Order: sequence, then structure tokens, then C-alpha cells
Amino acid sequence: MPTLEIDGKEVTVPQGVNVLQACEIAGHEIPRFCYHERLSIAGNCRMCLVEMERSPKPIASCHMPAQDGMKVWTDTEMVRKARRGVMEFLLINHPLDCPICDQGGECDLQDQAMAYGFDRSRYEENKRAVPEKEMGPLIKTIMTRCIHCTRCIRFAAEVAGVEEIGAVGRGEHMEITTLEQAIDSELSGNLVDICPVGALTSRPYAFSARPWELRKTPSVDVMDAVGSNIRVDTRGRDVMRVLPRLHEDVNEEWIDDKTRHACDGLRRQRLDRPFVRNKKGRLEEATWDEAFTAIAKRLKGKTGEQVGAIAGDQCDAESMLALRDFMGTLGSPNLDCRQDGAKIGQGARAGYLFNTTIAGIEEADACLLVGTNPRREAAMLNARLRKRFLKGGFKVGVVGEQMDLTYQTEYLGAGPETLQQVADGKHPFAETLKNAEKPMIVLGQGALAREDGAAVLALGRQIAESFGMVQEAWNGFNVLHTAAARVAGLDLGLLPGTGGRDVEGILQGAETGEIDTVYLLAADEFDTSRLDNAFVVYQGHHGDAGAHAADVILPGAAYTEKNGTYVNTEGRVQLGRLAGFPPGEARDDWSILRALSAYTGQALPYDNLGQVRQKLIETADTFARIDQLAPAEWEAFGTRGKLGGEPFRSPVANFYMTDPISRNSETMARCTEAFILPKREATGTHG
Amino acid sequence: MLQDKDRIFTNLYGQHDWKLAGAKRRGVWMGAGDMLAMGRDTLLQKIKDSELRGRGGAGFPAGMKWSFMPKNDPRPSYLVVNADESEPGTCKDREIMRYDPHRLLEGCVVAGFAMGARAAYIYVRGEFWQEGNHLEEAVQEAYDAGLIGDNACGSGYAFDIYIHRGAGAYICGEETALLESLEGKKGMPRLKPPFPAQVGIYGCPTTVNNVETIAVAPEILRRGVDWWTGFGRPKNTGTKIFCLSGHVNKPCNVEESMSIPLKDLVEKHAGGVRGGWDNLQAVIPGGSSVPLIPKSVADHQLMDFDALKDSKTGLGTAAVIVIDKSADIIDSICRIALFYKHESCGQCTPCREGTGWMWRVMTRMVQGKAEIDEIDKLWDVTKEVEGHTICALGDAAAWPIQGLIRHFRPELEERIVEYKRKHAKRATSVATAAE
Repeated sequence: MPTLEIDGKEVTVPQGVNVLQACEIAGHEIPRFCYHERLSIAGNCRMCLVEMERSPKPIASCHMPAQDGMKVWTDTEMVRKARRGVMEFLLINHPLDCPICDQGGECDLQDQAMAYGFDRSRYEENKRAVPEKEMGPLIKTIMTRCIHCTRCIRFAAEVAGVEEIGAVGRGEHMEITTLEQAIDSELSGNLVDICPVGALTSRPYAFSARPWELRKTPSVDVMDAVGSNIRVDTRGRDVMRVLPRLHEDVNEEWIDDKTRHACDGLRRQRLDRPFVRNKKGRLEEATWDEAFTAIAKRLKGKTGEQVGAIAGDQCDAESMLALRDFMGTLGSPNLDCRQDGAKIGQGARAGYLFNTTIAGIEEADACLLVGTNPRREAAMLNARLRKRFLKGGFKVGVVGEQMDLTYQTEYLGAGPETLQQVADGKHPFAETLKNAEKPMIVLGQGALAREDGAAVLALGRQIAESFGMVQEAWNGFNVLHTAAARVAGLDLGLLPGTGGRDVEGILQGAETGEIDTVYLLAADEFDTSRLDNAFVVYQGHHGDAGAHAADVILPGAAYTEKNGTYVNTEGRVQLGRLAGFPPGEARDDWSILRALSAYTGQALPYDNLGQVRQKLIETADTFARIDQLAPAEWEAFGTRGKLGGEPFRSPVANFYMTDPISRNSETMARCTEAFILPKREATGTHG
Repeated sequence: MLQDKDRIFTNLYGQHDWKLAGAKRRGVWMGAGDMLAMGRDTLLQKIKDSELRGRGGAGFPAGMKWSFMPKNDPRPSYLVVNADESEPGTCKDREIMRYDPHRLLEGCVVAGFAMGARAAYIYVRGEFWQEGNHLEEAVQEAYDAGLIGDNACGSGYAFDIYIHRGAGAYICGEETALLESLEGKKGMPRLKPPFPAQVGIYGCPTTVNNVETIAVAPEILRRGVDWWTGFGRPKNTGTKIFCLSGHVNKPCNVEESMSIPLKDLVEKHAGGVRGGWDNLQAVIPGGSSVPLIPKSVADHQLMDFDALKDSKTGLGTAAVIVIDKSADIIDSICRIALFYKHESCGQCTPCREGTGWMWRVMTRMVQGKAEIDEIDKLWDVTKEVEGHTICALGDAAAWPIQGLIRHFRPELEERIVEYKRKHAKRATSVATAAE
């Protein structure tokens, strides 16, 4: 713990910090452009210069390690002069087009020019102009504004793992550039955040709002099961953009492109009023009363066995609880939240959680990925795996598809037989797992959502136990979900009751006529044509597959339009908040079910959000611990069975389109066109 | 004047055979094995005692630099020889490599041994094609003769030498940019600390030295420290190759004693200034990156590190560029400013932006198309660049202009006034004609 003197005040700082961080600890903010806590140090902007004892020149505080006995001054004439000089240099070739720059209002250069800039320019020569660069559908470039801090280069190379940005040219002709093609990374949107000026800005958001016009709501993401912390910026009711919010244990300060840019899908294809299918078979606008009456009429006289309900992938815990209770009032055991048919949820909670935790990945020293492509299914989690890989001593084995995860992996095989070999110790990778101190296994939905899913789960458990993955303070057994609602659904027991049907059973029943009415709570991810014979109630926010099959549509709220509780793949309970009201007559989802229950005869016992949440806690006490992780007990789960021969396939083929919101997003469509379709054509099966 | 018997580089002009046989006749490789037998510490102490200072420009004591190399480090250590000689006006290393490559190789073995290096990399400037060829041939000869390799000079010490050709960027002569380039990356200086002695090439302890520094080391050991310190003043010892160019009658490279008076140097070896000493306008004493000195200073100037530092300039690479009164001094410095603008790597802000700005103002100063107070602005800009950059290129770009303003401000002002007078006259005459 070095002790140094900063501006005459002694301060003790942790080992390994640099002078810039030490100054922050001492309460002095040091201006900087190139320095970023999560990237390597470049030291090239020269803005963070400070004066140090026994140094004739000012030093760049970002790369100088804090040492015992150092004396540093942050606000002397030498320092001020140096910073003013650097600021002047940065501005001479900067276009100063703040009025038409999207970074205006949240620009580091603007802010620091207020502190260190002159009110006029001494530069009388011509300014430099730099041609724009192609960076794809998400990033707009105005390279004349670039101050060459190289944060983008370092982010792409270090965090995103794609070495597609670099600097060409020398001196004042140095330019940041790509290889004249879009940056093929699912994390590219973060480049806009780390750019301290307006050189890289968000293309979909271009010229649409100013930061001071936006209301900022902290929330959580539902595009995948990571539960990235986000900030939703709204103007009026419109979500203008989504930005990351710092959470060290989940997404650090990054989010993936779907989380960030799918929000324009919130404005298209929205269900903004109830619809009821009329006698001609057409969906007709209706009032809430008409819609509820139609459902109640249909349900009248039906037994519980004739009714089924399926919960979707982006539902909040409150609405799923209401659905479960509603089905309870109907006496129906046919309830499921596993649209993809994953064979999980029976048995201990540890059997369906990412027990290692996302931050815990950094402690692991070997990893076996089974039937998952984390880069597509949980990009932030993949970034964490890469971060761990970069520290060295981390071997990753893959059973499933061959893929590029941005770090080195060892491909073991395609299907269950390889997994069996590893379990039996016959595969060389078993040796790696055996020698590792903290090994981990990740079972993806590609391995679990199949006929033999339960057997794969049991085999995963066997591997976890036989290779010492479950220890006193370490649990290396992990299930990686793709649906934001899944863990909450399983925690609440949205599973078939005694003698009840699962999703496949409900669909079969609907085909044979055994199931009369199906209630879809924002469930779209299966073949809805199988529901043609049944009476379908669809409650959701988008006119997606489920709505097309529906006989009654009840307009619900999307994740930015309600106060909802979500549980991520680690079992972390987080709160999403209302950022803007749902459109038209759409309502909060739990309240729709509450209102409907009054029509069907037995009103649900809660009238406000507080009461719903109280019920949540009563149902599963994990909901009482917001943002806290409690290790799940290692108890029985999984049933041994016969393994199939089919290779594992990741459930996510197109990262950019996985749910109703992203399927309706124009930006995601552009990304699909830019990144996914060319690759499909390149497989050789095209044409 | 240095006597021929005291010269180290006896084939500086290439009259003799540069290959191994010829080099051996001139005493190169003589007793190299015995030097290694002295042991690492003795060798290092002798170099320290000799007060040999680096010949690449900064004049850092070589012995001290070598002693920074860690002992008992599990990583291999390396010696890197900076043969990326690109400083305008300088052509000394080139002659060494071309005509005396074995002296450099011998130096590599001795210096490498003194710092415990496993191998030496010689980074040769890309344009030095023939020099690189000579070095490669010499390295092959040395391997064949057992002077380097697994048992260098029969001492049991394993030492390899590799030649690497650069691609001609000036910035790759900066030691850390050189290491980057050697590793195959873009030649951009690294941040220090850590210094190369701790983390250098491929993350291993490394010492980077100039060709001349390495080449003279064996001779110091052979002839003794006292012989070496007999030349020059304390802390500025030994002999040095001076490169005399510009407006002299006979431009040349010459090995001379340190601390020789500038006037002697120019008159005895370069045939004097064109048109006589009184026709001298200014001298750039150490390659383009040091500030110039006017005749008044040059009259009594001693050529060594400290004396030139006292005159607010530097010995640099000892490339003396003589400028007589026929030259446009402002244009000369403007050309140097263009060079630094062109060679700035673009990594850090003050140099990337400042070099272009300084050059653009200088181009106007050449015409006189400026305001008087812009001279102060230019001075201010040079001060904003100087000392705020990662490497010394920022300083090197600022100093020539500072030298110009320090010593030739009246010329700058006169040029501006003249331009204004000329253009005011035309403006008036146009106005009169219009009436």
C-alpha cells in the first residue's frame, strides 16, 4: 500500500494503481481522453499530465505507477500550462461543429475545453479534414472530429476481440480506420460510448435527440438472460436509446448491440388495443370489457385440463406469478414457461442456474462449453470468458458447433457421445478438467432443449461432480439460459402440475382438441400454427407470431414500459423500471391478468404492485434479495437416461433477431443484412 | 588535433579491406577473448570509468546504462544496436557499417557480454542497403571464424547476432519505437517506465545503443581507460566522429578528440567555411534536432556534450551543419520543421498537431506573411510541444525553431516588416490607380 503526497496531502492507495487513480482517490479529478480503466494504457493524449518531484518534465499520470514517497502536484502553473497546450492542440484540427454533433452535451472534449480551453483560437492555418470510414449500420463516423485517443482500437482488440480497427498514416495524417467494412462484433456499439468525442456516434440515433432532453431511467435488459444493467433514455413516451449502466458483476460497463439498438423495435408492430376475432374470422378492435367477456364466455364450463398456458421469454416475474395464480383459479395444471422445451426446472435450483456467476468466471481455470455459443446467446458473458482467457491459464473446450468465440478454444466434438467420453475420462480434455483447480461446465439450451435434455443435464451433473467442480466455495456447474424470463419462471414454478402438460403436450392437445383454450403470455417462439384448432388468448406487446394465431389479443407492456422483476441466468434478482408508458390502451401485464380473473369468477388477491411483490416473496424468498446472489444448494436434479446421437446446436442462429422486439427493429434488420446474410451465402448451400 | 595512431576508425574512408582479414590487420577482434575473460563486472567497471557517453544523441553514460540490466533474471537479455541512422546531417554509423562492420560486431560481443545478453539485434535503416549487406556478410564471416556463435571468441559464451532491416522511418531510431518496429509492429514509441532494461524486446531486458557507442567499446578496453580519458574534458571523454556538412569547402566525416573547438574542427578538417569564417551565419552543431548557434557563439564553442548544453544547444550526433550568409536561415529552419512534421508518428497530441502547426507558421514566416506577435505565438507553441510528448521527437521539432527565434528574431521581424511594406505599397498603388 504505497503512501504518496498529492497536492501536499498524504494519501495511501492500493498496490498497483497509477498516479491518475491515486489522484482520484485523493479527490482530484484528472482530465483524460485516452485513458480508460478497462483498456490498456496508451498515454497518448497527454491531457493527464501532472507535476512530479524530481521530474523536470510533467508526467502522464495514467501510466506512472503510484509509488511510495512520491510527491505529485495536480494544479501547478506547469500542469495548467501543459494541459492548456494539449487542449489547444486537440482543438486546432477539431471542426468545432458542436451544434450539429450528436456528442454535444456529453462530450469529454467539450467538457474539458470549458476547463482548459481558450475562448478563441490562435490557429490561423487551414484545418485538417478526414474522410469518413465505413463502420457498418451501427456506427456513424465523422473522422475529422477524431482526436486519435485510440480507445476504439484498444476496445476492439482487447474487449471485443476483433482486430478490425487500426491507425494508418503518420503524424497529422494518422487516421483511425477499418478495413473498409463493418466491424463484425456484437459489442461494437460500445465504441460509441468510449469515443470521447463525436467521431464515432450511433447511426440509428443520429440527429434524433439531445442528451438534456432525455429522461434517464435505470433498468435491466431482457434481450438475453444476462440481465445487463441499462439506462433507458426516453423523450416523452419514446425510447430514444439504451445505454449501459455500470454493474461490475454482470456487464461491467458494456452492453451488446442487440441490447443497445433493438429499442427501435419498440415503436413498430405494437399492440395498442384489445382485439377479438369476429365471426368472419377477422381480428376486430374491441374494448377491454369486450375482450375479457369473450374470454370468460369461452372459459365458462371448461375444466382445468382443457386449458393451457405458456409464458414467454421476456416476461417479468410479476406477470408470470399472475399467470400461475390465474391458472390456479381455473384449476389447470397445464402451465409451462419453457417455450423451447428445455428439460430443466425439476429438482434443485442449482440445476438451472449459472452457479459460477458471471464475475466468478474470472476465477475459473478451465471451462467446458456444451451445446452453447455464448457469443450469440449471451455476448456479455462471452466477453467475460474472453477477459478471463486474456489473463492466461484458461483452457476452453467446446462440445457442439464449431465457432469463433474471439478466444482460443479446443474443439472436442459435436454431440452427446463426446460429452460421454469426457465424463468417462476417455477424452484428453478430461485431463485438463482433472488438473484444473476451479473447472467449470456450461450447459447451453442447445444441449438441454432436446429429447435427451434431461439425460444431458444428468451427465453434466456427473461431470461436475467427478471433476471436482462442486467444492466448498466454488460451483462450476452452469446452465446458460437464453431467455430473460426463464429463471424467474422456474423459481415461481411455472411448470406443469401433477398430470399437467408441458409446452409440447399443450400443443399436441391443441391439435387433437383435448386442449380447448391456450393462454399465451407473450409467447411467440414456437410453431403457432399448431394452435389453429384451439381458442388462443395472446397477451403481449408485439404483433408477432403469437398475436397472429390469437382469437383475443390483450395488449401488454414491453420491458421499458413496466416496473418488473427479472432474474438473470445467475439467479440475480433485478428490477426493471418504467421508462415510458405503454402505447394506447396497453396495460401492465400482471394487472391485465388481475382484471381478467375478476371476469372468470375468482379475482386474484392483489391490487397493486406492492402486493404482487409481496406475493412473489412469499412464493420464492429469493425475490426478497434484490441484486444479491445466494449460492444455490447442491441437491438432486436431472434424471439419467439414454443419450441421443444428434449433435448439439445453438438455439440462436441470428444474434440480432431473437425476440419480438428485435425482430421488429429496423436496426437489427440492417445488422442481419450486414453481418448474418453474407455469411449464410458463403456456406455454399446458397443458390 | 587527433593523431592517426589514436584513431579508432582507421578505415573510415574505405581505403582498406572491410572484410574479416582486413579488419584483423587493423587490430579488430585482437584479444577479444581475453576481454571476455576479464569477466562481466570488470568489463562494466572499465566502461564506467571511461565515462563513455552514448553517441546516439542524448549522451547518456553507457556504463550506467549497461549496469541497469538485471542480473539473475530468468528471461534472456538482449542487446539492440540502433543503426537506424536518420538524423539529417548525420552519416557516421553508415561509414562504420560500410567500411568497418567487424568493429561493430566485436563491440556487440563485448558489450553483450558486459550486460549478459544472449544475442544482439542490429536494426539497420532500410535505405542502408549496401551497409546491411556488408553487415550480413561480416556476421557470416564472424560465425565461420567462431568469433560469435555458441562459443564466441573461444570464451564459452554463446552469443548470436541478427541483422534486421528497417523501412526508413525516422521515428524508428527512437529506442522504444525501434523495439516496436523490431517486433513487427507500427513504429511508435512506448511509454516509459518501464524502461527497456526491465521490459524491452519481446518483454525481455534490453539495452539499446548507438552503433558508434558499441563500436568504440572494445578499443577502450584494448588500449585502456587512461588512453580514452586522455581525450576531451572530464565527463566528455574520448574520440568522436564528427560529420561536417553544409557550406564548408570540403564536407567530410572525421574522427576527432572530444571538446575540440568548433572553429578548429571546421577549418582543419572541412577546409573552412565557404567564403571564410567571417562569412559564417550559423551552425547547427549536432544534427537537425538541436538549436542552431550564431557565429558569435560558434567563434568560441567547444564541441562536447556539456559545453554545447551551456550554449543552449546540444552535441546530438555531432553532425555539424554549417550555414553561411548566402543561406536563408528562416527557410532552412522551415525545411527542418517540415521534416519533423513528416516524421512525427502521430501517436501523442502535442507532436502530432504541433509539428504541423509550427511548420505552417514557419512557411508564412519565410515569406514574412505574418504578424510580429506571431513570433511570440510560435515560441509559445514550441514550448507547448517541448517536454509534453512521449518521446523526444517533440523536443527535436521544437528546438530548431526555438534556436531560430532566440538568435535570429531581428531577421524574422525584418522579413515581416518588409512583406508588409511591399504589399502596402502595392495596395496604395492599386488604390491610386483606381482613383
